[in-house]
Amino acid sequence: MIIAMMLLPLAAGIAAFMIRGDRARRALLLWTARFHLLFTVSQFVLAFRAGTFSAGPAAAAAPQGTVWFQYDALGLFFAGIASLLFLGAAHYAVAYLAAEKHDPGSDADDGFIFNNAPEAVFTGCLLLFLAAMTGVTASRNMGLLWALVEATTLLSAPLIYFHRHKRSLEATWKYLLICSVGIALALMGNLFLGAAGLKTGAGLDLSALFLKAAVLDKPLLKAAFLFLFVGYGTKMGLSPFHTWLPDAHSEAPAVVSALLSGALLNCAFLGILRAGAVCAAAGLADFTGGILVLFGLLSIITAALFMLGQRDYKRLLAYSSIEHMGILALGIGLGGGAAFGALLGALSHSLTKAGLFFTSGVVLAAEKTKRIADVRGLWRRAPATAALWLAGFFIITGAPPSGIFLAKFLILKEAVYGRHYWLAGLFLFFLAVLFAGMAKVFIAMTFGEREAKAAEKPFTEPRGMLVPACAFFMLVIGLGLYLPGWLRALIAASVSNAGGKL
Amino acid sequence: MHTFAELIIVLIILLDLALAVTGSLSSCIRLVAVQGVVAGLLPLLAGSGAPHLRALLFAAVIMTLKGAVFPWLLMRARDKSGARKDVEPLISYPASIVLCLGAFIASSWMGSRLPLPETQVAWIVPASLATIFTGFLLITTRSKAITQVLGYLVIENGIYIFGLALFVEQPMMVELAILLDVFVAVFVMGIAIFHISREFDHIDTAELSELSDWRRGEYGK
Repeated sequence: MIIAMMLLPLAAGIAAFMIRGDRARRALLLWTARFHLLFTVSQFVLAFRAGTFSAGPAAAAAPQGTVWFQYDALGLFFAGIASLLFLGAAHYAVAYLAAEKHDPGSDADDGFIFNNAPEAVFTGCLLLFLAAMTGVTASRNMGLLWALVEATTLLSAPLIYFHRHKRSLEATWKYLLICSVGIALALMGNLFLGAAGLKTGAGLDLSALFLKAAVLDKPLLKAAFLFLFVGYGTKMGLSPFHTWLPDAHSEAPAVVSALLSGALLNCAFLGILRAGAVCAAAGLADFTGGILVLFGLLSIITAALFMLGQRDYKRLLAYSSIEHMGILALGIGLGGGAAFGALLGALSHSLTKAGLFFTSGVVLAAEKTKRIADVRGLWRRAPATAALWLAGFFIITGAPPSGIFLAKFLILKEAVYGRHYWLAGLFLFFLAVLFAGMAKVFIAMTFGEREAKAAEKPFTEPRGMLVPACAFFMLVIGLGLYLPGWLRALIAASVSNAGGKL
Repeated sequence: MHTFAELIIVLIILLDLALAVTGSLSSCIRLVAVQGVVAGLLPLLAGSGAPHLRALLFAAVIMTLKGAVFPWLLMRARDKSGARKDVEPLISYPASIVLCLGAFIASSWMGSRLPLPETQVAWIVPASLATIFTGFLLITTRSKAITQVLGYLVIENGIYIFGLALFVEQPMMVELAILLDVFVAVFVMGIAIFHISREFDHIDTAELSELSDWRRGEYGK
């Protein structure tokens, strides 16, 4: 089943390069996404029935031999997020590609008419990207995890360069280089991890590492965690290693931004969680927790400061992603109830941010500019889009009821409960700054009087591009109102897989 | 056998220094290729007794990739982009070599401080760290896109040697996956360089500065 989950998008991706007809290729994208989610769900049902989700990190240990790919609750949780997100993205992409084919669009900011990359390459890379992400969530070996995370970088680089614009090229180059070098540091971390288990022969297999965690060499393990943290943290967009993120997210097509933000950042986070779980099993939870809290808070602060005075609304969303990655790191670092909150936040953030990026694509199509100052009175030109835009803003900033509110609340509660009053205070203060900064932008864009631009045609909102966002927002609001028992069990099991203080 | 390995370590350090002062782009590409091949020889010499077939095969793959395929790809990117022949450093060559020497001193200090298992080959840890530093030096102080790719490759060489120093044996599948990644990375970066040269008429990454939060003008206007 796991192999099928990876092979399906892999085969479909290779096929997409060869299929000539646009219609057939788009259908392939849609059906691959649907079947992938179906496989993921049935994988979950099988595991849930078998009751393998109950115990701690070593529970998923392979009985004998090396197992390259196996799901524990944490991996399955992130695979579920990626799969669900990809389904939305596939539906959006089909509508988007059809619209782009009909009218490639232009960049009003400097009169550039897009000369898009071939659709076959775009679709193929999207599918291969999904295959690599599935592999990341399933891999049980830190070395393999590294190789697959690097593969996601390489496969998503052509996606960012879809518009063949100077600026998207610049973003692609920065993304490729910064992430590749960052990930190279994670490779150093893997070597340290291997050295830590050299005497006991633990290797890089996660199950073996968990079993022998107590006898690993502690100083080397700490060095390993630091390198892995910096490496995967670069990819995850934690401040101060985030510099590639706003560029890539603002220049990529909306659907790619959504996938990068919602699925790829989580995959990188999984790398950190795996390393953290090994450290926690070796009794270093305080050490890893401290680092996660520090850099998590730093990311929230950076995002808040850069959010004020931001001129580009897609960059604004990118900084909001950095904020949420900070919140995830903070929550996991605090441990206990906050770790539950962080994982719930990961799910809610992915869905909400993907919805917001989807909507931003429609805003861009309607207004032909990414400059915040040039978008006013959106509700007059595209009322449904404007409504979604505003709804997305309220959800992402954590207005109740939503999964994000619940996540932030749980993290705050844990901070206060653990008597980290200064931490709770800073957290709240910068969340308020973020709310104020985003509110100013979103309200100005949605309301206000609109001045019609010269030679402007009336805009019809493409329904296919709005439905995925709408569905995602409703799911997140639903999460805030009611957490189903199976999801609660899945997240709780994931928390135990992620290690951390309990 | 260890004397050979130690000679290779010396050679690798000398290549680091040479990279810091070489001005010609094509010589730089060749130096990185030589370093890759030499590093690929190390595992065959460092072990005791005759190397296994597996190690031989793997070394052959590494040497073909780093010694032939990468230089060919990069030379092609250089020719297609019509770049100027020198690396256009942002700092002077004496400054580069001073930085490189400083990095070597720092890495020998770090190498003695790190709680690593005892190595059989002398200086292997400092040499690997110095190589990684040299890679960072190439990335940060050279302005061309190609030299940044070279820097990435040098970092990769350094990490490879570091892995040998730690005796970490990764499974074959992982090693191959890593190599495949590096290969695709160089390939994709080569394509990106080609596009950069076509869009911008140069491959000077210092000029890639349109995207930032505090723009001098709106979108560079």
